Amino acid sequence: MPIPVTMPALSPTMTEGRLATWRKREGDAVKAGEVIAEIETDKATMELEAVDDGTLGRIVVPAGAAGVKVNSVIAMLLEEGEDKSALDRAPKAAAPVAVAKPAASVAPAPAPAPPAAPKPNGSARVLASPLARKLAKEQSIDLASLKGSGPGGRVVQRDLASASSAPVAARPPVLPTEAGTLIPHNNIRRITAERLTEAWRTIPHIYLNVDCTVDRLMEARAELNARAGLLPKAGSSPDGTKLSVNDFVIRAVAFALRKVPEMNSQWTSAGTLRLASIDVAIAVALPNGLITPIIRRADTKGLAEISSEMRSLAEKARAGKLMPEEYQGGGFAISNLGMYGIKDFGAIVNPPQAGILAVGVAEKRPIVKNGALAIGSVMSCTLSCDHRVVDGAIGAQFLTAVKGFLEEPMTMLL
Amino acid sequence: MADKFDLVVVGGGPGGYVAAIRAAQLGMSTALVESDHLGGVCLNWGCIPTKALLRASEIHHLLHHLDEFGFAADNIRFDMAKVVARSRKVARRLSMGVSGLLKKNKVKVIDGRGRLSAPNTIAVEKDGKPVAELSAPHIILATGARARQLRGLEADGQRVWTYREAMVPAAMPKSLLVVGSGAIGIEFASFYRQMGAEVTVVELLDRILPVEDEEISDLAAKQFTKQGIVLHTKSKVGVLKKSADGVVATIETPAGEQRIEVERVISAVGIVGNVENIGLEAAGVKVDKTHVVVNQWGETGVKGVYAIGDLVGPPWLAHKASHEGVVCVERIAGKDPHPIDVSSIPGCTYSMPQIASVGLTEAKAKAEGREVKVGRFPYLANGKAIAMGEAEGLVKTVFDAKTGELLGAHMIGAEVTELIQGYVVAKTHETTAAALAETIFPHPTLSEMMHESVLDALGRRIHL
Repeated sequence: MPIPVTMPALSPTMTEGRLATWRKREGDAVKAGEVIAEIETDKATMELEAVDDGTLGRIVVPAGAAGVKVNSVIAMLLEEGEDKSALDRAPKAAAPVAVAKPAASVAPAPAPAPPAAPKPNGSARVLASPLARKLAKEQSIDLASLKGSGPGGRVVQRDLASASSAPVAARPPVLPTEAGTLIPHNNIRRITAERLTEAWRTIPHIYLNVDCTVDRLMEARAELNARAGLLPKAGSSPDGTKLSVNDFVIRAVAFALRKVPEMNSQWTSAGTLRLASIDVAIAVALPNGLITPIIRRADTKGLAEISSEMRSLAEKARAGKLMPEEYQGGGFAISNLGMYGIKDFGAIVNPPQAGILAVGVAEKRPIVKNGALAIGSVMSCTLSCDHRVVDGAIGAQFLTAVKGFLEEPMTMLL
Repeated sequence: MADKFDLVVVGGGPGGYVAAIRAAQLGMSTALVESDHLGGVCLNWGCIPTKALLRASEIHHLLHHLDEFGFAADNIRFDMAKVVARSRKVARRLSMGVSGLLKKNKVKVIDGRGRLSAPNTIAVEKDGKPVAELSAPHIILATGARARQLRGLEADGQRVWTYREAMVPAAMPKSLLVVGSGAIGIEFASFYRQMGAEVTVVELLDRILPVEDEEISDLAAKQFTKQGIVLHTKSKVGVLKKSADGVVATIETPAGEQRIEVERVISAVGIVGNVENIGLEAAGVKVDKTHVVVNQWGETGVKGVYAIGDLVGPPWLAHKASHEGVVCVERIAGKDPHPIDVSSIPGCTYSMPQIASVGLTEAKAKAEGREVKVGRFPYLANGKAIAMGEAEGLVKTVFDAKTGELLGAHMIGAEVTELIQGYVVAKTHETTAAALAETIFPHPTLSEMMHESVLDALGRRIHL
C-alpha cells in the first residue's frame, strides 16, 4: 500500500504552510531520515524527512504552493516492490499518518516570497452557491476569503455585496429592541472592523508629528484655481475643476516617498517588500465604513491629473463601484479630516501598507517667524508607521520631506 | 396562580402548531392556546378541505372525458352532500393528526381564547369564563386572519358566502358570482364550474390572478373562458339585491352596467388579520391596519411578544406561517436561523388548470431595472403532458441576463403545484441558469418542461 506523506505541523499553532522545494523527484528512492522537501512557515523554513524507506511515487502538492493545510497529503510514497500502478489503487482520502517528521530548523525563511501569495484554489472545499461562485469569479474575489452567511456557512450572493461592485442584496431590516436599534453589519462595516482590529492588534505603531506652514501652498493653490479651465472637469462635482489642499498633500507624499524609499514598503512574513511603484492610498469615508482607493504611480502624475483621478475615485467609492485593483495594495495612505476642522489626529496603519499620514485642517495660527510672532496658515500632520518596517529615524526623514514639499510647493514642480 | 411555560403560542394553525412543535423539539416547555379546531383555517376551512373538493371536481372532469381514453359510462351523477362529507372527513382526520403530533411532542394544548393580559401573561377564556392563566418569557401570537367584508357585500351565510360557507354547500348552486380573482376566488370558481354551475368572476384589477405573471394570467383567463366561466376584469360589484331564491347583482364593467341573477355569491376579496381582543393595544404591540408589525424574526418590539403568519401580513400562506414559526422559535432558542426570503416563497392556485409560481414576474424584474432573459416551454410539446391528455399550459422562467440568477418561475397546467418546488429549491440555493441546464431531468415527465424552459432562456431549447 502506498504511504501518504502529509503536511506536518511544525508548531502547535501552525495551520498551513508553504511547500518551498522538493529535494526529491518522482521516482527517486528515499531512505528513512532523508530530507525529501523543505516546508516554509511564516517563521522559518524546515526540512521534511522521510520516516519510511521507499520510492517517491507521486508529488501531490507542487513546489511553491502556499497555504497547504496541515495534515493534507502532499506526496505518496511507494513501498518496496510496489510500482506506480499501486497509486491508483490507494484510497483517495488516506488518514493523516505521521510519515514525515520535521528536522531541526535550518534557517530563517530565506527567499523573499512574493507579497500576498494567492491561496491555491481547491486546497479546501468552499461551500458556495452557483451564483456566488459565478459572481466571485467575475469580480476576482477569493471565495475562501469570505464568511458565508448561508446554511452551514455557505457563501451566498449577499456575502459578495462587499466593497466590490457586486449587486447589493436587500439589507435586512433594522431591529427595534428595548436597548436601542440594532443595525446589522454589512460587509464593508465587517471588513473595516476586521482589518482595523487586525492592524491595531498586530502592528506596533509609532507616531511622529509636525506642523507645516502652508501659506505658500495656499497662495499657489489660489493662483492655480483662479485660472479657470486649467483643470479637466472630472465627475459630477460642481467644483470639479478646483485643486484641493489634499491634491497637494498627495503629490507631496508621492515625492517624499521617492526621496525616502524605505517608507514605501510592505511588511510580509518573508521579508520587507520595498515597493517598486509609488502608489498612494487615500481614505474615503462611506456611510457605513472606510475604503482606500489608490492613485497609482502618484509621483509621475501632475496636480491636475491627481485631482481629477481623486475625484473620480471618490465618487466611485461612494457609489460602491470601485474595482478591487482600485483599492487593494499600495505602500502608503493619507487620511485627511481637515474638511471637518480637525486639528490633529493619529490614524491606524492600513495593512499591507507601512504608514499613514493623518492630515488636519490648514488654519491661521500664531507662528514664530524670524524671531517674532506672526500669523501663518498651519497644518498639522501626524505620521503613523508600522515599526516593524520603518524605525523612527526613517519616519522622521520622510515626514521632514513631506513638510518640505508642503511648505515650498515650488520644489514639487521639479 | 399562572402556569409557567418557556413559550406560549396563541393560535393552533399551521404557524402556531408548527412553532409549538419546534419549540418542544428544542427543549422548551410549551403551551398552545386554540379556541376552535387545531390546524386552523388551513386545515379545517382552507387548504386541505378545498383540495378534497377540487379532487372531486377533477374526477368529475375525467368522468365527462372518458371517451377520450376509450371508456364509456352512463348515468354519471354525484351527491353534493357526500362530496362535502368527504371533504369534512379529510379535514377532521388531519386535525386529529395535529392533536396527536402536539401530544407526542408534549405540547400542552389549552382549549380557549388567549389574550395578552399582563407582561408575559396570557389569560385564557372559554365561553366568556376565565379558564387559565399562563405565563412565559416568550409569547408567539398566531391568531391568523379571516375573510375581508366589503361594504354592501357582507356575507350572510345564506345567499352571500365567504370561503367558509362555500366549502360546505347544502346543495349544488346552479349559478354563482365570485367576487375577487385571487387564489381563493379562482379555486371556488373552478370547483363550481367543473361541477356544472354557471360561474361569473368579477375582478377589480385589469386581469385575474393579479399577483401572477401577466402571461400566466392571460393563459388562465383564456382557459377559464373556454370552460365557460364569465370573467369581468376592471369591474366591480355595485348593488346586491337579495330575493327569495337568489341574488340580483349589478356589475359595473368597462362596457357598462350589467345585471345578472345568481343563486349564490362568494365574496373572496382578501383577508384581514385577527388583531382584535388579544390584548395588543394594552401591551403596546404596534398594529398597521389589520396586521401586527414585526421584524424579520417575528419580534414585535415588545419584549417577549412575537407574531407570525397571516396575523403579520402577506403573503397569506400556510407554508409561510409555518416557516416563520420555526424561524421565530429557533431565534428565541439562540439558534442561528435565516430570515425568510419573501422572493423564495412559492404560491399555488389549485384550480383546473393549476397555477404555481415563485419569485419575480417578468414585469417586476424589469421594473427593478434588471436585464432579464426569459424562457418558455409549452405543455403541447411535452410527451408526458400529451399522454396524460393535459397538453395545455406553460412553464416560464425569468433569469437575470448578466448573472444567470433564477429570478422567478411561473407555471400553468397539470400538476404545476407539485412541480414548482424544483424551482423553489433552485432559487433558494441560488442556482444559475447554467447550473439548471446541466441538471438531468427524468424522461418522460412534466418536469422536463422545467429543463426546456431554462434551455430556452439560454437560447438552446431542444424539443421545439
